[in-house]
Amino acid sequence: MNRKAFLQGSLKAFNGPESPKKVIAPEKLYENKVLPSFHRNLSGLEPYTGLFGDAEKLHLLRRTLFGVRKTDLEALKNMNVSDAVAFLLNVPSTPPTGPLNNYTTLSLIDLSVPLGSPWGNAIYGDGTINAARRTSFKSWWTGLILNQETNIREKMTFFLHSLIATETDVIGDARFMYKHNALLRSYALGNYKTLIRKVTVDPGMLVYLNGERNSKAAPDENYARELQELFTLGKTNNPNYTEDDVKAAAKVLTGWVNDRNTIASTLNTARHDATNKQFSSYYNNKIINGGTTQSAINAEIDELINMIFSKDDVSKYIIRKLYTFFVYYVIDAEVETKVIEPLAQIFSDNNFELKPVLEALLSSAHFFEANTMGGYIKTPLDHIAGTLRSFELHTKPANTTVTDLYAYWNTIRATMAALQLDIGDPINVSGWPAFYQAPQYYEIWINSDTFPKRVSFCSVLMNNGIRGTKLDVLAYTSTLANPDNPNALINELINTHLVFPLSQKQIDIMKAALLAGQSNDSYWTQAWTTYKANPTLAANINNVKPKLTAMYTYFFNLAEFQLC
Amino acid sequence: MKRRKFIKYTLPTIALPSFLGGFNFRALAGGPILEALQRGACDPDRILVLIQLNGGNDGLNTVLPLDQYSNLALARPNILISESKALKLAYNPATGLHPAMSAIQNLNNEGRGKILQAVSYPAPNFSHFRATDIWLTGSDSNKFETTGWLGRYLEKENPGYPEGYPNAANPDPLAIQIGSVLSPALQGNVVNMGMSITDPSSFYNLITGSADPTPNTPYGHELTYIRLVAQQTQQYAASVKNAAASGSNLSTLYPATGNSLSDQLKIVAKLISGGLKTKVYMVSLGGFDTHSNQVQSGTGNETGSHATLLGRLNDAINAFTDDLKKMGKGEKVLTMTFSEFGRRIRSNGSTGTDHGEAAPLFMFGPNLIPGMLGNNPTIKSSHAVGDNVPMQIDFRAIYTTILKDWFCVEGSELVDIMLKTFNTLPIFNTSTATEETQPGLEDELLAPNYPNPFADNTKIRFKSQGEKVYLVIHDSLGREISVLANQYYPTGTHEIDFVTSDLSTGVYYCTMISGNYKKVIPMLKAR
Repeated sequence: MNRKAFLQGSLKAFNGPESPKKVIAPEKLYENKVLPSFHRNLSGLEPYTGLFGDAEKLHLLRRTLFGVRKTDLEALKNMNVSDAVAFLLNVPSTPPTGPLNNYTTLSLIDLSVPLGSPWGNAIYGDGTINAARRTSFKSWWTGLILNQETNIREKMTFFLHSLIATETDVIGDARFMYKHNALLRSYALGNYKTLIRKVTVDPGMLVYLNGERNSKAAPDENYARELQELFTLGKTNNPNYTEDDVKAAAKVLTGWVNDRNTIASTLNTARHDATNKQFSSYYNNKIINGGTTQSAINAEIDELINMIFSKDDVSKYIIRKLYTFFVYYVIDAEVETKVIEPLAQIFSDNNFELKPVLEALLSSAHFFEANTMGGYIKTPLDHIAGTLRSFELHTKPANTTVTDLYAYWNTIRATMAALQLDIGDPINVSGWPAFYQAPQYYEIWINSDTFPKRVSFCSVLMNNGIRGTKLDVLAYTSTLANPDNPNALINELINTHLVFPLSQKQIDIMKAALLAGQSNDSYWTQAWTTYKANPTLAANINNVKPKLTAMYTYFFNLAEFQLC
Repeated sequence: MKRRKFIKYTLPTIALPSFLGGFNFRALAGGPILEALQRGACDPDRILVLIQLNGGNDGLNTVLPLDQYSNLALARPNILISESKALKLAYNPATGLHPAMSAIQNLNNEGRGKILQAVSYPAPNFSHFRATDIWLTGSDSNKFETTGWLGRYLEKENPGYPEGYPNAANPDPLAIQIGSVLSPALQGNVVNMGMSITDPSSFYNLITGSADPTPNTPYGHELTYIRLVAQQTQQYAASVKNAAASGSNLSTLYPATGNSLSDQLKIVAKLISGGLKTKVYMVSLGGFDTHSNQVQSGTGNETGSHATLLGRLNDAINAFTDDLKKMGKGEKVLTMTFSEFGRRIRSNGSTGTDHGEAAPLFMFGPNLIPGMLGNNPTIKSSHAVGDNVPMQIDFRAIYTTILKDWFCVEGSELVDIMLKTFNTLPIFNTSTATEETQPGLEDELLAPNYPNPFADNTKIRFKSQGEKVYLVIHDSLGREISVLANQYYPTGTHEIDFVTSDLSTGVYYCTMISGNYKKVIPMLKAR
C-alpha cells in the first residue's frame, strides 16, 4: 500500500464506515496554525550550573537515548553536567555486528550465508533473499535501538537518518542500505562535512537520489539539489543557491555507478562531464574546472563540498536541525540569537565536527531550563522502544534464537511503523514531517489514528504481551523503592517516567485506583505486604494486580506520558 | 443488541395489540408470548445507576430498627441517633432513617424508593478490597472472579465487543463510570465494557473541547494539544458530546459545591436527558470507613462525618430523582446504592464502628413494590464486640432480580451472568392486569405451587389484597427453610420463584399469612 492510501485508510477508520457525517479529525482542530510563542527570557549556551539531580539527568538521558533504563541513570551517578555529557558523547569506536541471517527456513536457503551469520558483505542472492534481508536490516536496527548502551550513538544515527533520509524500499539492495546506515553510525559524532562528502558517493545514496544514473549524456539533478536544499543549506536563505547551481553541481557529480559485486561505488570516467562548471554569485561565481581522471573528478567533488561548506548558512541550517531534533521546534529571534548563532559559530570554528556542538548544547543553561524541558512529543521510537527500555523490557533471554529475536525486533519495528515512523523508510527524502513541517512539527506524531495506538501499545504490553515480552505490573512495581506505600509508589512512577509532577487531582485518581476508592493508605500497604509475603497465592495476586493494572492504565493514558 | 432481544422488546408494543383482541390469555398460558406479555413493561431503554458507597456503610445508623431501640442504645450508646429524630417510614413505621435523609424518606413513602434489609453474602469478608471485589464481581466469598457482574451482563448483550463498536445500533458507551478509573464490575472476559470519565472536570473539558490550564511553556503547549486530541479520540467522545450538548439538567436542587456524588449524578442526568443509550452508570462516594468520630459528640449524634456523608447521598438522590422526573425519564432509571459491608452492632470507643457484615441498601425508581424488603435486624440486650447483623438477603439475588425484572435477561442466561442460581426477589411490580385470568386463585389467596413435584425450582403464586404478605417455607421437621416474602404487596397477583436445587428431596410446606388469611400448602421435591 502506498502512503497516501495508508493515510486515507486511517482517516477512514477514524471516521468509521457507518458515520453519516464527515468528522473533522481532532488534530486538525487543535494543531498549531502558527508557531506558538512564549514569553521567555531564555538562557543561552553558558554552562548550566543549577541543580543536577535525577530530574535533570533524566532529561538529559531522555533526549540523548530512547527511554532510560535504571542503569542509564546509575551511570551518571555522582557526575556533574560536563562529566555526564562527556560520558554520553563517548561513543564506541567499533561498529556493532551487522545484521544476521534470520531468514533461513526450509523453503528459503541463502547458500552464501548460514543462519545466524552476517550477510552485509555477502553476494546479492536473489530478490526473495534480498527482501528477507531488508526486513532483517530494519529489525537489526530496531534491536540496536532497544539495546543501546548509555551513549548518544543511536539517537545521533537516527538524527542523521532523518536529515539525510533514504528509504530501503527505494534503495532495494539491503547490503547498500546497511552500508549506508553503517556510514551514518560511524559519523554519529564525526565530522559532518566529511560525512556529506562520503554520502555523496555512497552506493545507497547513489541509488536513492539517482546518482548512478547521473551522466554527462543524461544529467540527473536529484542529488545535487537535495545536497544543497536538504543536507547543507536549506531553502530559506536569502540570497540562496540558484537552479543553475543545481545543474552545475549535478555535472560535477556525473560518472558514478555502483558495483554490486564489491558493494561499492566506482567512477566511470567516460560518463563524467568534463566541462568547467560555473556557479552563481551566491558562490562568488566560482568555476570548478572539469577533469577526466579519477583523482581530478574526486577533486571536483571536494571542491564542490568545500564551496558549499564555505557558506555560513550551512552551519546555521544544520544547527537549527539539531536544535529541532534535540530541544524544541520554536526557533524565534531569541533562540536564534542566544543559541543558534553561537552554536553555529562553534560548528564552523570546529570545521563541522558534531561533538563540540552537542557538548555545548547539552551542557548549556538553555538545555536545562524549564522553558525547554518537557515540550518534546515522543517520537514513535521514544514511545515504543523508550517505554520498553524504561520498563526494562528491551532485552530477550540470551538463549533466544536469532529467528525469534529478529521476529521480536521486527514486531517492535512494525508497532513503531503503525505510529508513522518506519525506521529505514521515512515518508520521503525530507525525512519525517515532525522535524521540518511548520507550524505543526512534533504535533504531527499525535493524531486520531496514532494516539489510540500509542495508548493501546501500553495496554497490550500489560495485558497480552508482545511476542512473549510482557509488562508484569507486579514484577515492575516490586522493583520500586517503596511499593507498599501508595504515595511513594505513585511518586516514583511520576519521577521516573514523567518530566514534571502531576497535579494533585491526577495523583488522587491514581491513588483511588490503588486503594479501590478507600481513603486509608494502610489498606494498600496491607494488601501489598500480604502479597509479598506469599506472592504465588492467587488470592494475594488478585487483590493487588487489578488495582495496579487500573492505575498503570490511567498512567499510560495520560498526555504527560507522551512527552519527554 | 442481539436479534432475540429486539424481538422480545418489540413484541408487546408492536405485535401484540392485534393478538389481544382475539385470544384468551389462558390459551397462551406458559407460552413465550405470555411471558413477554407479563414482562410487557420491559423497556429496552432502561438504565441502571449504581452508587458505590466506599468504606462500608454503617447500616444501623442509616436505617434504624426502632423496635430494637432500647437494645441498640445499649450496643452503641456513644453514636446512636435519638429515636425522636429518626425519620419514620410510612410503610414500615418500626423503621426510621437517619435524620439527614429526609428526601430518601419521602421517596420511600411515595413508593419511589425501597430499602432492602441486611444485604450480604455467606461467609462475608471484612477486608475492604476483598469485600469490594466480591460485590463487584458477584463471586462467592471463597472464589476469585476476574470479570464483573455487569461486565458479564453487557458481554452477553453485546457479543464480540469491542470489535465493530461503536456502530449504528450501538452508538453509545455500554457503561460509563464517573469519578474514577474503570470499575472491576464492568470487566468483561476480554475487555472492560465501560468508559471512564475520571472526574467531572474531564467531562466538562470533553464537551467544551477545552483542557485543564497548563503553563505557557513548550511543555504546557504540547500537553494541551495532546490532551485535546486524546479526549476527542476516545472511542465514544462524539456520542457523549452529542448527548451532553442536547441534554440538560432541569433540577435546581443540585448543591453548588461540596458534593462530589451530586456532581457525578448531575453528569449522569445530563447524559440521560441527552438520550445516551448507555445501560449502566457507576458513580461513587467515599469516606464510609467510619472507625472513629462518625458522630460529633454532644450534638445528639446527628452530626459528624457519617451524617455529612448521608446528607450528601440524600441531597444527591434528591436532585437526581427530581431531575429525572422533570425530564420525563423517571420511569427509565433504577438507582441503587451499595457498600462493601456494614459495620458492627456495637460501636467502638472512638465514637465509630468497625468492619461488619450485612447492611441495608437503597433503590430508587419506578415499578418498585413499596415498603422495605426484609426485617429490622434483631438486636439483643447484650452483644459481643464481634457481633454482626446477620444476612437476610444475598446481594446476588438482588443482582439476579435486577437482571431479570429490570433488564429482562432470560432465565437461562441468568446463571451464566450470576455464575449460580439465585432466587429472584419481590422488588419490582412485574405483574400486569392478569389476575382474573390466573387459574387456581378464585377462592384462595395462595395457589398450589407449580410445577409440583419439582426439582430445581417451583413457582408460588398468591394474591395480595394490598397488605403485608408473609410467605415462609418449612421442611417436614418444621424447620424454617426460607422466608420468601415479608413485606407489603400491592393488590394483584404475584409470583415468586423458589429455587430448590439445594434442597434434599421430600415434603415441604409453604405458609402464607396476610391479614386474617392463613394457608399452608404441601409441596414435594423430587429428583
